[in-house]
Amino acid sequence: MIAQADAPSITRALFVDRLHAYYGAKHAVKEVTLRFEPRAVTAIIGPSGCGKSTLLRCLNRLHEVIAGARVEGKVLLDGENIYAAAADAVRIRRRVGMVFQRPNPFPTMSIQDNVTSGLRLTGRLRGAVQREVVETSLRAAALWDEVKDRLKAPATSLSGGQQQRLCIARALAVQPEVLLMDEPCSALDPIATLKVEELIAELRGHYTIVIVTHNMQQAARVSDNTAFMMIDMEDRTGILVEEGPTKVMFSKPKDKRTEDYVTGRFG
Amino acid sequence: MATQAPTRTNSIMRDNYGRRRVVNRIMVGLLCLCAIITLVPLFAVGGYVVREGWPALVGQFPGIFTAPSPEGGELLYGLEGTALLIAIACAIGLPIGILSGIYLAEFGRNRLGDTVRFMSDVLAGLPSIVAGIVAYSIVVLTTHHYTPFAGGLALGLLMFPTVTRATEGVVRLVPDTLREGGLALGVSRWRTIVSVIIPASLSGIITGVVLGIARVAGETAPLIFTVLGNLNGFSGWDQPLPALPLQIYQDFINPQDPNQDYPVGYAGVLVLFLFVVLLNLGARAVAARRMARGR
Repeated sequence: MIAQADAPSITRALFVDRLHAYYGAKHAVKEVTLRFEPRAVTAIIGPSGCGKSTLLRCLNRLHEVIAGARVEGKVLLDGENIYAAAADAVRIRRRVGMVFQRPNPFPTMSIQDNVTSGLRLTGRLRGAVQREVVETSLRAAALWDEVKDRLKAPATSLSGGQQQRLCIARALAVQPEVLLMDEPCSALDPIATLKVEELIAELRGHYTIVIVTHNMQQAARVSDNTAFMMIDMEDRTGILVEEGPTKVMFSKPKDKRTEDYVTGRFG
Repeated sequence: MATQAPTRTNSIMRDNYGRRRVVNRIMVGLLCLCAIITLVPLFAVGGYVVREGWPALVGQFPGIFTAPSPEGGELLYGLEGTALLIAIACAIGLPIGILSGIYLAEFGRNRLGDTVRFMSDVLAGLPSIVAGIVAYSIVVLTTHHYTPFAGGLALGLLMFPTVTRATEGVVRLVPDTLREGGLALGVSRWRTIVSVIIPASLSGIITGVVLGIARVAGETAPLIFTVLGNLNGFSGWDQPLPALPLQIYQDFINPQDPNQDYPVGYAGVLVLFLFVVLLNLGARAVAARRMARGR
Protein backbone atom coordinates (compact mmCIF):
# COMPACT_ATOMS: atom_id res chain seq x y z
CA MET A 1 0.00 0.00 0.00
CA ILE A 2 2.79 2.43 0.82
CA ALA A 3 4.32 3.51 -2.46
CA GLN A 4 7.86 4.68 -2.99
CA ALA A 5 8.79 8.34 -2.99
CA ASP A 6 9.37 8.41 -6.71
CA ALA A 7 6.01 6.83 -7.46
CA PRO A 8 4.60 7.53 -10.91
CA SER A 9 1.91 10.16 -11.31
CA ILE A 10 -1.26 9.17 -9.49
CA THR A 11 -4.46 10.53 -10.95
CA ARG A 12 -6.39 12.60 -8.43
CA ALA A 13 -4.85 10.64 -5.67
CA LEU A 14 -3.10 12.24 -2.79
CA PHE A 15 0.23 10.88 -1.76
CA VAL A 16 1.97 11.97 1.41
CA ASP A 17 5.69 11.38 1.34
CA ARG A 18 7.77 11.45 4.53
CA LEU A 19 5.85 14.39 5.92
CA HIS A 20 6.80 16.17 9.12
CA ALA A 21 4.74 18.95 10.68
CA TYR A 22 5.87 21.38 13.35
CA TYR A 23 4.36 24.06 15.56
CA GLY A 24 7.40 26.16 16.28
CA ALA A 25 9.79 23.82 18.05
CA LYS A 26 7.10 21.22 18.69
CA HIS A 27 7.34 18.26 16.35
CA ALA A 28 3.67 17.35 15.88
CA VAL A 29 3.69 14.81 13.07
CA LYS A 30 6.69 12.60 12.35
CA GLU A 31 7.55 11.07 9.01
CA VAL A 32 4.16 10.06 7.68
CA THR A 33 4.03 8.32 4.32
CA LEU A 34 0.52 7.53 3.18
CA ARG A 35 -1.51 7.22 0.02
CA PHE A 36 -5.13 8.33 -0.19
CA GLU A 37 -6.92 6.32 -2.86
CA PRO A 38 -8.75 8.30 -5.53
CA ARG A 39 -12.56 8.31 -5.30
CA ALA A 40 -12.55 6.54 -1.98
CA VAL A 41 -12.98 7.54 1.64
CA THR A 42 -9.96 7.30 3.90
CA ALA A 43 -10.50 7.72 7.63
CA ILE A 44 -7.73 8.90 9.94
CA ILE A 45 -8.33 7.68 13.46
CA GLY A 46 -6.37 7.89 16.67
CA PRO A 47 -6.42 9.32 20.20
CA SER A 48 -6.60 13.05 20.92
CA GLY A 49 -3.43 14.97 20.20
CA CYS A 50 -1.94 12.36 17.87
CA GLY A 51 -1.69 14.80 14.96
CA LYS A 52 -4.68 13.65 12.88
CA SER A 53 -6.00 17.14 12.29
CA THR A 54 -2.52 18.53 11.79
CA LEU A 55 -1.84 15.95 9.10
CA LEU A 56 -5.14 16.80 7.45
CA ARG A 57 -4.33 20.51 7.47
CA CYS A 58 -1.06 19.77 5.74
CA LEU A 59 -2.99 18.37 2.78
CA ASN A 60 -4.39 21.76 1.75
CA ARG A 61 -1.54 23.87 3.11
CA LEU A 62 -3.70 25.26 5.89
CA HIS A 63 -1.24 24.15 8.57
CA GLU A 64 1.21 26.89 7.61
CA VAL A 65 -1.41 29.59 8.28
CA ILE A 66 -0.73 29.24 12.01
CA ALA A 67 2.15 31.42 13.18
CA GLY A 68 5.35 29.39 13.54
CA ALA A 69 3.90 26.29 11.90
CA ARG A 70 5.86 24.58 9.15
CA VAL A 71 5.96 21.42 7.10
CA GLU A 72 8.75 19.22 5.76
CA GLY A 73 8.31 16.54 3.14
CA LYS A 74 6.09 16.22 0.12
CA VAL A 75 2.40 15.97 -0.61
CA LEU A 76 1.73 14.90 -4.18
CA LEU A 77 -1.61 15.92 -5.62
CA ASP A 78 -2.04 14.35 -9.03
CA GLY A 79 1.70 13.72 -8.96
CA GLU A 80 2.51 17.36 -8.31
CA ASN A 81 4.16 18.38 -5.03
CA ILE A 82 1.95 20.98 -3.34
CA TYR A 83 4.95 22.05 -1.28
CA ALA A 84 7.14 22.68 -4.33
CA ALA A 85 8.60 26.17 -4.48
CA ALA A 86 6.46 27.00 -7.50
CA ALA A 87 3.21 25.74 -5.97
CA ASP A 88 0.78 28.40 -4.81
CA ALA A 89 -1.13 27.69 -1.58
CA VAL A 90 -4.23 29.59 -2.71
CA ARG A 91 -4.53 27.53 -5.91
CA ILE A 92 -3.91 24.29 -4.02
CA ARG A 93 -6.74 25.10 -1.60
CA ARG A 94 -9.01 25.67 -4.55
CA ARG A 95 -8.42 22.04 -5.55
CA VAL A 96 -8.52 20.56 -2.06
CA GLY A 97 -11.73 21.49 -0.25
CA MET A 98 -12.17 21.32 3.49
CA VAL A 99 -14.98 20.93 6.02
CA PHE A 100 -14.21 21.89 9.59
CA GLN A 101 -15.04 20.55 13.05
CA ARG A 102 -17.56 23.23 13.77
CA PRO A 103 -19.85 24.49 11.05
CA ASN A 104 -18.43 27.82 9.90
CA PRO A 105 -20.84 29.35 7.41
CA PHE A 106 -20.07 33.00 6.69
CA PRO A 107 -22.46 34.72 9.12
CA THR A 108 -23.12 37.83 7.06
CA MET A 109 -24.07 35.89 3.93
CA SER A 110 -27.30 34.21 2.87
CA ILE A 111 -27.55 30.48 2.27
CA GLN A 112 -27.05 30.82 -1.47
CA ASP A 113 -24.24 33.36 -1.09
CA ASN A 114 -22.46 30.91 1.17
CA VAL A 115 -22.72 28.23 -1.49
CA THR A 116 -21.36 30.48 -4.21
CA SER A 117 -18.83 32.26 -2.00
CA GLY A 118 -15.86 30.19 -3.14
CA LEU A 119 -16.65 31.00 -6.75
CA ARG A 120 -17.61 34.62 -6.23
CA LEU A 121 -14.61 35.48 -4.09
CA THR A 122 -12.23 33.95 -6.55
CA GLY A 123 -13.92 35.87 -9.36
CA ARG A 124 -15.14 32.97 -11.42
CA LEU A 125 -18.91 33.07 -11.27
CA ARG A 126 -21.11 34.32 -14.07
CA GLY A 127 -24.59 35.35 -12.98
CA ALA A 128 -26.31 32.91 -15.32
CA VAL A 129 -24.79 29.83 -13.74
CA GLN A 130 -25.29 30.99 -10.17
CA ARG A 131 -28.71 29.37 -9.74
CA GLU A 132 -27.44 26.17 -11.21
CA VAL A 133 -24.39 26.07 -8.96
CA VAL A 134 -26.55 26.73 -5.91
CA GLU A 135 -29.00 23.96 -6.72
CA THR A 136 -26.41 21.40 -7.80
CA SER A 137 -24.22 21.97 -4.76
CA LEU A 138 -27.09 21.99 -2.28
CA ARG A 139 -28.49 18.81 -3.83
CA ALA A 140 -25.06 17.20 -3.64
CA ALA A 141 -24.95 18.13 0.04
CA ALA A 142 -28.49 16.75 0.59
CA LEU A 143 -29.71 20.13 1.77
CA TRP A 144 -31.67 21.40 -1.24
CA ASP A 145 -35.11 20.19 -0.18
CA GLU A 146 -34.77 21.77 3.25
CA VAL A 147 -33.68 25.21 2.09
CA LYS A 148 -34.92 25.68 -1.48
CA ASP A 149 -37.68 28.05 -0.34
CA ARG A 150 -35.40 30.29 1.70
CA LEU A 151 -32.14 30.55 -0.22
CA LYS A 152 -31.85 34.21 0.72
CA ALA A 153 -32.23 33.60 4.47
CA PRO A 154 -29.11 34.12 6.61
CA ALA A 155 -26.94 31.03 6.84
CA THR A 156 -26.96 31.40 10.61
CA SER A 157 -30.73 30.72 10.65
CA LEU A 158 -30.04 27.04 9.88
CA SER A 159 -29.57 24.34 12.52
CA GLY A 160 -26.07 23.10 13.30
CA GLY A 161 -26.44 20.01 11.13
CA GLN A 162 -27.84 22.04 8.25
CA GLN A 163 -25.01 24.54 8.63
CA GLN A 164 -22.49 21.73 8.36
CA ARG A 165 -24.13 20.42 5.19
CA LEU A 166 -24.14 23.98 3.89
CA CYS A 167 -20.40 24.08 4.49
CA ILE A 168 -20.08 20.84 2.55
CA ALA A 169 -22.13 22.37 -0.29
CA ARG A 170 -19.88 25.43 -0.19
CA ALA A 171 -16.80 23.22 -0.47
CA LEU A 172 -18.33 21.17 -3.30
CA ALA A 173 -19.37 24.26 -5.27
CA VAL A 174 -15.79 24.98 -6.30
CA GLN A 175 -15.53 21.39 -7.62
CA PRO A 176 -12.52 20.29 -5.62
CA GLU A 177 -10.56 17.16 -6.49
CA VAL A 178 -10.17 16.20 -2.87
CA LEU A 179 -12.44 16.82 0.12
CA LEU A 180 -10.93 16.98 3.59
CA MET A 181 -13.21 16.60 6.61
CA ASP A 182 -11.90 17.41 10.07
CA GLU A 183 -14.19 15.63 12.53
CA PRO A 184 -17.20 16.98 10.64
CA CYS A 185 -19.74 15.49 13.04
CA SER A 186 -18.11 16.23 16.38
CA ALA A 187 -20.35 19.27 16.98
CA LEU A 188 -23.52 17.62 15.68
CA ASP A 189 -26.29 15.63 17.34
CA PRO A 190 -26.81 11.95 16.37
CA ILE A 191 -29.50 12.64 13.75
CA ALA A 192 -27.46 15.36 12.04
CA THR A 193 -24.44 13.04 12.24
CA LEU A 194 -26.39 10.32 10.48
CA LYS A 195 -27.33 12.72 7.68
CA VAL A 196 -23.73 13.80 7.18
CA GLU A 197 -22.60 10.16 7.14
CA GLU A 198 -25.23 9.32 4.52
CA LEU A 199 -23.96 12.26 2.54
CA ILE A 200 -20.37 11.00 2.73
CA ALA A 201 -21.60 7.64 1.44
CA GLU A 202 -23.14 9.41 -1.55
CA LEU A 203 -20.03 11.49 -2.25
CA ARG A 204 -17.73 8.48 -2.07
CA GLY A 205 -17.03 7.41 -5.59
CA HIS A 206 -17.04 11.01 -6.83
CA TYR A 207 -14.39 12.54 -4.65
CA THR A 208 -11.22 11.58 -2.91
CA ILE A 209 -12.30 12.06 0.69
CA VAL A 210 -10.13 12.16 3.78
CA ILE A 211 -12.00 12.23 7.07
CA VAL A 212 -10.51 12.68 10.50
CA THR A 213 -12.69 11.19 13.18
CA HIS A 214 -12.61 10.44 16.87
CA ASN A 215 -15.37 7.99 16.44
CA MET A 216 -14.25 4.50 15.45
CA GLN A 217 -17.77 3.35 14.60
CA GLN A 218 -17.98 6.27 12.22
CA ALA A 219 -14.69 5.33 10.58
CA ALA A 220 -15.92 1.77 10.21
CA ARG A 221 -19.22 2.93 8.70
CA VAL A 222 -18.05 5.50 6.19
CA SER A 223 -14.53 4.66 5.06
CA ASP A 224 -12.91 2.33 2.55
CA ASN A 225 -9.47 2.66 4.07
CA THR A 226 -8.32 3.61 7.53
CA ALA A 227 -5.09 5.05 8.83
CA PHE A 228 -4.34 4.79 12.54
CA MET A 229 -2.15 7.40 14.20
CA MET A 230 -0.95 7.64 17.76
CA ILE A 231 1.52 9.49 19.94
CA ASP A 232 5.01 8.08 19.99
CA MET A 233 5.67 7.76 23.73
CA GLU A 234 9.39 8.42 23.37
CA ASP A 235 9.33 11.89 21.82
CA ARG A 236 5.63 12.83 22.05
CA THR A 237 5.16 13.23 18.31
CA GLY A 238 2.33 11.92 16.18
CA ILE A 239 3.16 8.89 14.06
CA LEU A 240 1.32 6.74 11.58
CA VAL A 241 1.06 3.25 13.06
CA GLU A 242 -0.74 1.36 10.35
CA GLU A 243 -3.07 1.81 7.43
CA GLY A 244 -5.07 -0.46 5.22
CA PRO A 245 -8.56 -1.42 4.13
CA THR A 246 -11.03 -0.51 6.85
CA LYS A 247 -12.35 -4.08 7.09
CA VAL A 248 -8.89 -5.42 7.78
CA MET A 249 -7.97 -2.61 10.17
CA PHE A 250 -10.99 -3.33 12.33
CA SER A 251 -10.84 -7.14 12.18
CA LYS A 252 -7.23 -8.27 12.00
CA PRO A 253 -4.79 -5.38 12.12
CA LYS A 254 -1.10 -6.21 11.86
CA ASP A 255 0.01 -3.96 14.70
CA LYS A 256 -0.80 -4.77 18.31
CA ARG A 257 -1.31 -1.07 19.09
CA THR A 258 -3.96 -0.77 16.37
CA GLU A 259 -5.74 -3.78 17.73
CA ASP A 260 -5.68 -2.35 21.26
CA TYR A 261 -7.12 0.91 19.99
CA VAL A 262 -9.87 -0.43 17.74
CA THR A 263 -10.98 -2.86 20.39
CA GLY A 264 -11.19 -0.03 22.90
CA ARG A 265 -8.37 -1.17 25.15
CA PHE A 266 -6.79 2.30 25.16
CA GLY A 267 -7.30 5.77 23.72
CA MET B 1 -25.97 25.34 60.75
CA ALA B 2 -23.59 28.24 61.24
CA THR B 3 -22.11 26.68 64.34
CA GLN B 4 -21.44 23.36 62.65
CA ALA B 5 -18.46 24.37 60.53
CA PRO B 6 -16.42 26.12 63.27
CA THR B 7 -16.67 23.18 65.66
CA ARG B 8 -15.21 20.97 62.96
CA THR B 9 -12.33 23.29 62.15
CA ASN B 10 -11.63 24.46 65.71
CA SER B 11 -8.69 22.19 66.05
CA ILE B 12 -6.73 23.79 63.22
CA MET B 13 -7.97 27.39 62.90
CA ARG B 14 -9.66 30.09 64.89
CA ASP B 15 -13.16 31.03 63.83
CA ASN B 16 -12.56 34.35 62.09
CA TYR B 17 -15.77 34.31 60.05
CA GLY B 18 -17.13 37.36 61.82
CA ARG B 19 -14.08 39.41 60.89
CA ARG B 20 -14.03 38.09 57.31
CA ARG B 21 -17.70 38.99 56.91
CA VAL B 22 -17.09 42.55 58.10
CA VAL B 23 -14.08 43.02 55.80
CA ASN B 24 -16.10 41.67 52.90
CA ARG B 25 -18.94 44.10 53.54
CA ILE B 26 -16.60 47.06 53.90
CA MET B 27 -14.71 46.30 50.69
CA VAL B 28 -17.83 45.63 48.61
CA GLY B 29 -19.30 48.86 49.98
CA LEU B 30 -16.13 50.71 49.01
CA LEU B 31 -16.32 49.40 45.45
CA CYS B 32 -19.94 50.55 45.16
CA LEU B 33 -19.06 53.93 46.56
CA CYS B 34 -16.25 54.46 44.06
CA ALA B 35 -18.51 53.37 41.23
CA ILE B 36 -21.07 55.94 42.33
CA ILE B 37 -18.40 58.62 42.65
CA THR B 38 -17.50 58.19 38.96
CA LEU B 39 -21.07 59.18 38.13
CA VAL B 40 -20.86 62.44 40.06
CA PRO B 41 -18.71 64.39 37.57
CA LEU B 42 -20.82 63.15 34.66
CA PHE B 43 -24.06 64.30 36.24
CA ALA B 44 -22.48 67.48 37.59
CA VAL B 45 -21.09 68.46 34.20
CA GLY B 46 -24.19 67.33 32.33
CA GLY B 47 -26.50 69.10 34.76
CA TYR B 48 -24.51 72.31 34.67
CA VAL B 49 -24.28 72.32 30.88
CA VAL B 50 -27.99 71.73 30.50
CA ARG B 51 -28.93 74.29 33.19
CA GLU B 52 -26.84 77.03 31.62
CA GLY B 53 -27.12 76.00 28.00
CA TRP B 54 -30.79 75.14 27.74
CA PRO B 55 -32.13 78.71 28.35
CA ALA B 56 -29.45 80.10 26.01
CA LEU B 57 -30.36 77.59 23.32
CA VAL B 58 -34.13 77.78 23.67
CA GLY B 59 -34.19 81.53 24.34
CA GLN B 60 -32.49 82.22 21.05
CA PHE B 61 -34.03 79.41 19.02
CA PRO B 62 -33.95 79.22 16.04
CA GLY B 63 -31.85 82.34 15.55
CA ILE B 64 -28.95 80.66 17.34
CA PHE B 65 -28.51 78.38 14.34
CA THR B 66 -28.19 81.21 11.83
CA ALA B 67 -25.23 83.21 10.63
CA PRO B 68 -23.84 85.74 13.09
CA SER B 69 -25.14 89.28 12.99
CA PRO B 70 -24.04 92.41 14.87
CA GLU B 71 -26.31 91.35 17.74
CA GLY B 72 -24.25 88.28 18.50
CA GLY B 73 -22.08 85.45 17.20
CA GLU B 74 -24.49 82.66 16.51
CA LEU B 75 -23.50 79.09 15.93
CA LEU B 76 -24.15 78.34 12.26
CA TYR B 77 -20.63 79.03 11.04
CA GLY B 78 -19.11 77.16 13.95
CA LEU B 79 -21.24 74.12 13.25
CA GLU B 80 -20.35 74.23 9.56
CA GLY B 81 -16.68 74.59 10.38
CA THR B 82 -16.73 71.71 12.85
CA ALA B 83 -18.54 69.50 10.35
CA LEU B 84 -15.94 70.33 7.71
CA LEU B 85 -13.06 69.66 10.11
CA ILE B 86 -14.54 66.31 11.14
CA ALA B 87 -14.96 65.38 7.47
CA ILE B 88 -11.31 66.19 6.73
CA ALA B 89 -10.18 64.41 9.90
CA CYS B 90 -12.16 61.32 8.84
CA ALA B 91 -10.70 61.44 5.34
CA ILE B 92 -7.22 61.41 6.87
CA GLY B 93 -7.72 59.37 10.01
CA LEU B 94 -10.20 56.64 9.07
CA PRO B 95 -8.35 54.95 6.19
CA ILE B 96 -5.13 54.89 8.21
CA GLY B 97 -6.90 53.89 11.39
CA ILE B 98 -9.09 51.15 9.95
CA LEU B 99 -6.47 49.65 7.65
CA SER B 100 -3.73 49.66 10.27
CA GLY B 101 -6.17 48.12 12.76
CA ILE B 102 -6.89 45.34 10.28
CA TYR B 103 -3.16 44.88 9.75
CA LEU B 104 -2.56 44.57 13.49
CA ALA B 105 -5.35 42.02 13.93
CA GLU B 106 -4.55 39.92 10.86
CA PHE B 107 -0.79 40.17 10.44
CA GLY B 108 0.43 42.03 13.51
CA ARG B 109 2.02 39.21 15.49
CA ASN B 110 5.52 40.41 14.74
CA ARG B 111 8.00 43.20 15.52
CA LEU B 112 6.28 45.68 13.20
CA GLY B 113 2.92 44.94 14.78
CA ASP B 114 4.28 45.41 18.30
CA THR B 115 5.88 48.69 17.28
CA VAL B 116 2.71 49.99 15.64
CA ARG B 117 0.67 48.94 18.66
CA PHE B 118 3.02 50.71 21.04
CA MET B 119 3.19 53.87 18.93
CA SER B 120 -0.55 54.10 18.51
CA ASP B 121 -0.99 53.74 22.26
CA VAL B 122 1.49 56.57 22.71
CA LEU B 123 -0.34 58.63 20.11
CA ALA B 124 -3.67 57.92 21.78
CA GLY B 125 -2.34 59.67 24.86
CA LEU B 126 -0.84 62.51 22.86
CA PRO B 127 -1.79 65.91 24.28
CA SER B 128 -4.05 67.44 21.68
CA ILE B 129 -2.03 70.62 21.59
CA VAL B 130 0.96 68.61 20.36
CA ALA B 131 -1.11 67.35 17.43
CA GLY B 132 -1.95 70.99 16.76
CA ILE B 133 1.72 71.97 16.78
CA VAL B 134 2.56 69.15 14.37
CA ALA B 135 -0.15 70.26 11.94
CA TYR B 136 0.92 73.87 12.43
CA SER B 137 4.54 73.08 11.54
CA ILE B 138 3.68 70.84 8.62
CA VAL B 139 0.96 72.94 7.02
CA VAL B 140 0.65 76.45 8.39
CA LEU B 141 4.37 77.27 8.58
CA THR B 142 5.07 75.93 5.10
CA THR B 143 2.07 77.44 3.31
CA HIS B 144 1.88 80.61 5.42
CA HIS B 145 -1.87 80.21 5.65
CA TYR B 146 -4.27 79.08 8.30
CA THR B 147 -6.30 76.44 6.52
CA PRO B 148 -9.06 73.90 7.24
CA PHE B 149 -6.61 71.19 6.15
CA ALA B 150 -4.27 71.97 9.03
CA GLY B 151 -7.12 71.62 11.54
CA GLY B 152 -8.38 68.46 9.85
CA LEU B 153 -4.87 67.00 9.94
CA ALA B 154 -4.52 67.74 13.65
CA LEU B 155 -7.88 66.11 14.41
CA GLY B 156 -7.09 63.18 12.11
CA LEU B 157 -3.86 62.55 14.04
CA LEU B 158 -5.83 62.52 17.27
CA MET B 159 -8.54 60.29 15.85
CA PHE B 160 -6.69 57.46 14.20
CA PRO B 161 -5.08 55.72 17.21
CA THR B 162 -8.53 55.27 18.76
CA VAL B 163 -9.84 53.85 15.49
CA THR B 164 -6.77 51.63 15.02
CA ARG B 165 -7.04 49.94 18.39
CA ALA B 166 -10.83 49.66 18.26
CA THR B 167 -10.66 48.09 14.79
CA GLU B 168 -7.91 45.71 15.87
CA GLY B 169 -9.99 44.64 18.84
CA VAL B 170 -13.13 43.79 16.90
CA VAL B 171 -11.37 42.20 13.92
CA ARG B 172 -9.48 39.97 16.32
CA LEU B 173 -12.81 38.80 17.73
CA VAL B 174 -13.75 37.26 14.39
CA PRO B 175 -13.18 33.54 14.96
CA ASP B 176 -10.27 31.88 13.14
CA THR B 177 -12.68 29.29 11.78
CA LEU B 178 -14.13 31.95 9.47
CA ARG B 179 -10.69 32.98 8.26
CA GLU B 180 -9.79 29.38 7.59
CA GLY B 181 -13.19 28.81 5.98
CA GLY B 182 -12.33 31.48 3.42
CA LEU B 183 -8.76 30.34 2.89
CA ALA B 184 -9.84 26.70 2.52
CA LEU B 185 -11.98 27.69 -0.47
CA GLY B 186 -8.93 29.02 -2.26
CA VAL B 187 -9.87 32.62 -1.52
CA SER B 188 -6.89 34.94 -1.14
CA ARG B 189 -6.06 36.46 2.21
CA TRP B 190 -7.09 39.96 1.14
CA ARG B 191 -10.37 38.83 -0.36
CA THR B 192 -11.15 36.83 2.79
CA ILE B 193 -10.55 39.96 4.83
CA VAL B 194 -12.75 42.13 2.59
CA SER B 195 -15.62 39.71 2.07
CA VAL B 196 -15.70 37.67 5.27
CA ILE B 197 -13.78 39.33 8.09
CA ILE B 198 -14.81 42.96 7.62
CA PRO B 199 -18.54 42.24 7.15
CA ALA B 200 -18.44 40.09 10.29
CA SER B 201 -16.87 42.90 12.31
CA LEU B 202 -18.45 45.88 10.57
CA SER B 203 -20.66 47.03 13.43
CA GLY B 204 -17.67 46.99 15.75
CA ILE B 205 -15.59 49.00 13.30
CA ILE B 206 -18.42 51.54 13.04
CA THR B 207 -18.49 51.78 16.82
CA GLY B 208 -14.77 52.52 16.80
CA VAL B 209 -15.19 55.19 14.14
CA VAL B 210 -17.98 56.88 16.07
CA LEU B 211 -15.89 56.89 19.23
CA GLY B 212 -12.98 58.34 17.24
CA ILE B 213 -15.20 61.18 16.02
CA ALA B 214 -16.50 61.80 19.52
CA ARG B 215 -12.91 61.96 20.71
CA VAL B 216 -12.05 64.89 18.43
CA ALA B 217 -15.34 66.74 17.97
CA GLY B 218 -14.78 69.02 20.94
CA GLU B 219 -11.01 69.53 20.60
CA THR B 220 -10.12 73.19 20.90
CA ALA B 221 -6.40 73.55 21.56
CA PRO B 222 -5.16 72.12 18.25
CA LEU B 223 -7.55 74.34 16.33
CA ILE B 224 -6.34 77.63 17.76
CA PHE B 225 -3.19 77.75 15.67
CA THR B 226 -4.31 75.64 12.72
CA VAL B 227 -7.64 77.16 11.66
CA LEU B 228 -7.63 80.14 14.03
CA GLY B 229 -11.36 80.84 13.78
CA ASN B 230 -13.14 83.74 12.08
CA LEU B 231 -16.46 85.54 12.12
CA ASN B 232 -17.39 85.08 8.47
CA GLY B 233 -17.69 81.34 8.09
CA PHE B 234 -15.84 79.27 5.52
CA SER B 235 -14.01 81.70 3.24
CA GLY B 236 -11.66 79.49 1.26
CA TRP B 237 -9.28 76.56 1.61
CA ASP B 238 -6.38 78.87 2.47
CA GLN B 239 -8.31 80.94 5.00
CA PRO B 240 -9.07 80.65 8.70
CA LEU B 241 -12.16 78.67 9.56
CA PRO B 242 -14.55 78.97 12.50
CA ALA B 243 -15.32 75.90 14.61
CA LEU B 244 -17.76 75.31 17.42
CA PRO B 245 -15.17 74.79 20.17
CA LEU B 246 -13.32 77.92 19.04
CA GLN B 247 -16.52 79.93 19.09
CA ILE B 248 -17.21 78.77 22.61
CA TYR B 249 -13.66 79.59 23.68
CA GLN B 250 -13.75 83.03 22.11
CA ASP B 251 -17.18 83.81 23.49
CA PHE B 252 -16.07 83.01 27.01
CA ILE B 253 -12.78 84.93 27.01
CA ASN B 254 -14.11 87.84 24.97
CA PRO B 255 -17.90 88.06 25.39
CA GLN B 256 -19.86 90.23 22.99
CA ASP B 257 -21.76 91.69 25.90
CA PRO B 258 -19.84 91.45 29.19
CA ASN B 259 -23.07 91.79 31.17
CA GLN B 260 -24.61 88.80 29.49
CA ASP B 261 -23.95 85.38 31.04
CA TYR B 262 -22.21 84.11 27.90
CA PRO B 263 -25.44 82.80 26.36
CA VAL B 264 -23.95 81.90 22.98
CA GLY B 265 -21.05 80.12 24.59
CA TYR B 266 -23.35 78.10 26.84
CA ALA B 267 -25.59 77.18 23.92
CA GLY B 268 -22.51 76.02 21.99
CA VAL B 269 -21.34 73.94 24.96
CA LEU B 270 -24.73 72.26 25.18
CA VAL B 271 -24.79 71.51 21.44
CA LEU B 272 -21.30 70.00 21.61
CA PHE B 273 -22.14 68.02 24.74
CA LEU B 274 -25.32 66.62 23.19
CA PHE B 275 -23.42 65.75 20.00
CA VAL B 276 -20.84 63.71 21.90
CA VAL B 277 -23.50 62.05 24.07
CA LEU B 278 -25.50 61.12 20.97
CA LEU B 279 -22.40 59.72 19.24
CA ASN B 280 -21.68 57.55 22.27
CA LEU B 281 -25.28 56.38 22.51
CA GLY B 282 -25.19 55.59 18.78
CA ALA B 283 -21.99 53.59 19.23
CA ARG B 284 -23.58 51.66 22.07
CA ALA B 285 -26.70 50.96 20.03
CA VAL B 286 -24.62 49.57 17.16
CA ALA B 287 -22.60 47.46 19.58
CA ALA B 288 -25.75 46.20 21.29
CA ARG B 289 -27.16 45.09 17.96
CA ARG B 290 -23.96 43.20 17.33
CA MET B 291 -24.29 41.43 20.67
CA ALA B 292 -27.92 40.59 19.94
CA ARG B 293 -26.80 38.83 16.77
CA GLY B 294 -24.27 36.93 18.80
CA ARG B 295 -21.18 38.38 17.23
